[in-house]
Amino acid sequence: MSTSTIANIDVELNNEGFFVDPDQWTVDMVSELALREGIEELTDAHWQVIRFMRSEYLAKGTGPTVRVLGKTSGVSIKELYQLFPKGPAKVAAKIAGIPKPRGCI
Amino acid sequence: MTDTIEKVSIIISKGSLEGIYPGLIMANGARAEGIEANLFFTFFGLDAIHKARNEHIKLATVGNPGLHFATMAGGLPGVSTVMTHYMNHKMEKLDIPSIPEFIEMIADTGAGLYACKASVDLFGLEKNDFIEQVQDIITVGEFYEKAAGGEIIFT
Repeated sequence: MSTSTIANIDVELNNEGFFVDPDQWTVDMVSELALREGIEELTDAHWQVIRFMRSEYLAKGTGPTVRVLGKTSGVSIKELYQLFPKGPAKVAAKIAGIPKPRGCI
Repeated sequence: MTDTIEKVSIIISKGSLEGIYPGLIMANGARAEGIEANLFFTFFGLDAIHKARNEHIKLATVGNPGLHFATMAGGLPGVSTVMTHYMNHKMEKLDIPSIPEFIEMIADTGAGLYACKASVDLFGLEKNDFIEQVQDIITVGEFYEKAAGGEIIFT
């Protein structure tokens, strides 16, 4: 666990870079978090996925896996990997300030 | 995190339900983690990418002690079909995709799908027999070239 300053606010991140406390996240942190993941320009589709991850987590207590994202976010699996080449669910969860989604499929 | 896996090449050599799924799950899981993944289908594993066969993959009910089922009973006509149906139903409930759907999804993640040339020749198959997501039929040497710099997993 480590403390990072994102958008001028100190937040706790775990070893993998996920928020320890999702309540510390604010929408102002998104562009800086995305940059940390190598995404320089956020498109509407990026935002759609990030918002979806966040709202699913808030509603269900866990973020969706890539398969669920592909079926329910309105963005196809192919496009998800184009938006987040380093793993759509994993990277979008980091940017959305939620824990890493767990699930094998 | 110091040790990370950057690339995996997964070989699927079996044509049974329980022989195919683990490799697919590992390939899909690798891509979800941002790990580069290639899938190689060899011997009976080719059924997984065979257009006419990949919708009819069966669970092995004979010679499968893990099933805790008498081998003689497992060999009776229809038993494999019934057990496969039961297993597919259970997986569907857990939202595990069918083999054809899973392979299409894995191709969409950007993983490479390849068929083994020796097996393709052995079974008298050609590129046209395989689903469109299969990128190429390659030799063992070409496999090692593609697998270079990563982990190789044989299933």
